[in-house]
Amino acid sequence: MGHNKEIDHVTGVETTGHVWDGDLKELNKPLPRWWLYTFYATIVWAIGYWIAYPAWPLVNGYTKGMLGYSQRQEVMREVADGKAAQAQFRSEVEKMALADIAKNPEVLRFATASGAAAFATNCAPCHGRGAQGAKSYPNLNDDDWLWGGSLDAIAQTITHGVRSDDAETRSSAMPRFGLDQVLDQKQISDTAEFVLSLAGKSTDQEAATRGAAIFAENCVVCHGEKGAGNQELGAPNLTDAIWLYGGAKEDLIQSIATGRGGIMPQWHTRLDPVTIKTLAVYVHGLGGGK
Amino acid sequence: MLQQSGAQEAKIPETHDVAAVNRRVDRIEYASRQKIYPKLAHGTYRNLKWALMALCLGIYYLIPWVRYDRGPDLPNQAVLLDMANNRFFMFGLEIWPQEFYYVTGLLVLAALVLFIVTSIAGRVWCGYFCPQTVWTDLMVLVERFWQGDRNARIRLDKEPWGPVKIFKKVMTHLSWVLIALATGGAFVFYFADAPTLARQLLNGSAAMEAYLFIGILAGSTYLLGGLAREQVCIYMCPWPRIQGAMVDHESLMVSYLDQRGEPRGPIRKSAVAERATGDCIDCKACVAVCPMGIDIRDGLQLECIQCALCIDACDDIMTKIGRPTRLIAYDTIANQEAVAKGTTAPVKIFRARTFLYLGLIALVGLIMLGALWHRSVLEANVMADRNPLFVQLANGDIRNGFTLKVLNKLHEPRTFAVGIEGLPEGSRMVVAGQENIEKPTIVVPTDVLSEVRVFVTVPAASLGKLASQTEPFNFIVRDTASDMLATRKATFRRP
Repeated sequence: MGHNKEIDHVTGVETTGHVWDGDLKELNKPLPRWWLYTFYATIVWAIGYWIAYPAWPLVNGYTKGMLGYSQRQEVMREVADGKAAQAQFRSEVEKMALADIAKNPEVLRFATASGAAAFATNCAPCHGRGAQGAKSYPNLNDDDWLWGGSLDAIAQTITHGVRSDDAETRSSAMPRFGLDQVLDQKQISDTAEFVLSLAGKSTDQEAATRGAAIFAENCVVCHGEKGAGNQELGAPNLTDAIWLYGGAKEDLIQSIATGRGGIMPQWHTRLDPVTIKTLAVYVHGLGGGK
Repeated sequence: MLQQSGAQEAKIPETHDVAAVNRRVDRIEYASRQKIYPKLAHGTYRNLKWALMALCLGIYYLIPWVRYDRGPDLPNQAVLLDMANNRFFMFGLEIWPQEFYYVTGLLVLAALVLFIVTSIAGRVWCGYFCPQTVWTDLMVLVERFWQGDRNARIRLDKEPWGPVKIFKKVMTHLSWVLIALATGGAFVFYFADAPTLARQLLNGSAAMEAYLFIGILAGSTYLLGGLAREQVCIYMCPWPRIQGAMVDHESLMVSYLDQRGEPRGPIRKSAVAERATGDCIDCKACVAVCPMGIDIRDGLQLECIQCALCIDACDDIMTKIGRPTRLIAYDTIANQEAVAKGTTAPVKIFRARTFLYLGLIALVGLIMLGALWHRSVLEANVMADRNPLFVQLANGDIRNGFTLKVLNKLHEPRTFAVGIEGLPEGSRMVVAGQENIEKPTIVVPTDVLSEVRVFVTVPAASLGKLASQTEPFNFIVRDTASDMLATRKATFRRP
C-alpha cells in the first residue's frame, strides 16, 4: 500500500495506481484541501447535531437531543403568539356592543376578517363558501331574512340556532297540510296558485281566488294577511322574489303539503362569544344586513 | 532625450528582486497562492486613488445618515430600502414593489455607463471604484501601517514567530476585523432608520437579522478584502472576462510603451552617454507596486485591473534617472501601432462603439424619464366577487359585489369620490359602511393601499335593458382635490 508510487512520466504527476483496459491509468488529483476539511467539518457538525437536536428514531420514540428542541412546541408557541397578538382586538370585541363595532373601523376590520375565517370553518358546509346558500339553506348575502337581519337578530340566531336542542332556540313549524289531511289536493293547489299571485306570478285567476279564502283561514296567522311574513316566527315573506325552497307551483304545493322547517345548530356550545360576535358582524356585512 | 540626462545622472535607483507571481505563463495549475507584497507607490494616480477611496468609503458609510424630509407619515432617511413596508426610498423617488422595473432600468443604465467608460478608458471601474479594489486597498493600507512596507513585510514573514511578529500580525488582523465589522454595520443601516438601529445595535435590542447580516458582511469583507484580495479578480469575478468585448484599438489602457522601453537593460554609469538600451532599466518597480502580481511589460492581460500604480512607480524612476516620464501610460493600441510606424494616432473618444453605447444610454434614459414622468400617483383596482357572482334581492333587484382597491402614492392623505357609469338608469352603487351616503368617498392615508367593499345594484325593472348576462361598465375614482381620474372596467353579472 502506497509503497510503490507510480509517477506518470508525461506529466510528472503521481497516478492512482489502478490500471484499466490494460494500459489506462488515472492521475492522482486529490480534492483541494479546503474542500476536504469542509467535508470533515460537516461530519463533526453532524455528530454535534445528533447530540443537540432530536435525531434518531427509536422503537418507542426518538432521541430527544440536549437542547430539548421540539417542532411541536415551536408551533404551539407560534399559535400562542398569534392569540396574544389578537388579544387586544378580541377583548375590544368582547366589550363593545355589536352596533359600536361597526363604528370603529379598526375593530370592524378585525371582526370581519376573523368572522370570515370562522365562517369558512363552521358555516360554509351548509351556507356555502361565499354564504350564497342553496335550496333550503338561506343565502346570507341578500336582504331577505327569516329571523331578522339586524346585528342582534343574527347574533341571536347563531347563538341559539333554529329548531335546535337549545332551550332558547328559535322555533316554529310550518304545518303538514297535506300529510296531516288538513287540506285536500285541490285546496293545496288553489292555495299555491294564490301564493303565486302574491308575487304576481299567477296564471289561473279563478284558482287563486279560491285559494285566497283557504289562505285567509290557514296561513295568515303566521304569514300575515298579505303574505308578508313574520320574522318573530320565522315565517317567510311570500311576496318577494326569494324562495328558499323554490318558487315554482310544484315547489309551493310540496311546501304546503309536507311542511318545512330547516334546522340550524346552536353555536354557543361550540364557539366562544367573541367568535359569535365576529360571525354576526361578518354576515351582517355581506350586503344584506339591516 | 539622452543629451538631457547629462553627467549628474549618477543616482542608480534600487532594483527590486521581485517576480510577477501571477504572470500567466508562470502560473501553475493547482498551485497554492503565492503571496503578493505590494509596495507603496507615490504619484498622481496613487493620490487620485486615495481621494477616490475616501470618496467611495465616505459615500458608503455616510449615505444612510443623510436625512430627507418627506412629511410626517414617511421615513426621513434619504436612502432607505424599507423591506418591511415594501418601499424603496431614494431621495425624491419612491419605488413600490410593482414599480421595481425602475430599479431594473437603473441597473441597465449603470451597466451601459460601465460599458462606455470601459470602451473609452479600460477597466476604470476595476482600478478605482470596485468595492473589492477599494477595500483591498484599505486592508493593504492597514497591513502597511502595522507591518511596514513591502520589504519589511517580506522580512517579517520570514522571521520565526516571536512576540513582535505575533503583535504585528494580531493587530493587522484585528484591524481588518474591525473594518469588516464597520462595513457590515454600515450595510444594515440602508435597511432601517440609521439612528434608531445604531442605538438598538449598541444596546443589543436590534433584530436578529441585523446582527446576522453584519456577521455575513463582516465575514465576506475580511475574507475577500483582507485574505483573498487579487484572487477575487482573477478567479471569481466575471467582469475581466466580459470586458474584452468592450475594449478595442481605440480604448485607453494602462500600457507599457515597448517602442520606447525596449530593449530593456540595467543602467550603467559608464554607459550613460552611449547607451544601447531603451528607457526601461528593468528595475521592476512596476512589478513591486502591482497589487495583482503581474508584470505590465508583458502587455495587456486579464489579471491587470488597470489601477495605474505602475505608472506612478515608473514615473518615479524615470524622474530619478532623468528620462521622460510615462514610459508606462494610458495609451491606445492604435497609437502604439502608429508610433511603431513613426506617426501618432490621437485618442478617438467618439467612434462607432461609443456612439452605440451613448445611443443606448440616451434611449434607456429617455424610457426611464418617460416612465417616471407618467408614474401614476393614483392606482385603482376592481375585483368582482366570485362567490356569489350575483345576489338576487327580495324585490327582484340584482346586486353584484366588488372589492375596490385604491392606492395613494402621494405623500399626503387624499379623498376619492367613487362612482359608476354605463349601467341603466336607476342602478345604485353603495360603499360598505356608507350605505346612506349619496356620494360615497374613500379617504386613503399617505402612501398606502385602501380597500373597500362596493355593492352595485341594478333594479329588476332595468334588468331587461342589460344587453347580456355580463354587462361591461366602469368604476370612476376621482381625487376630490385635484380631479385626477382613474377609470376601471368591470362587469355586471345577472342570472
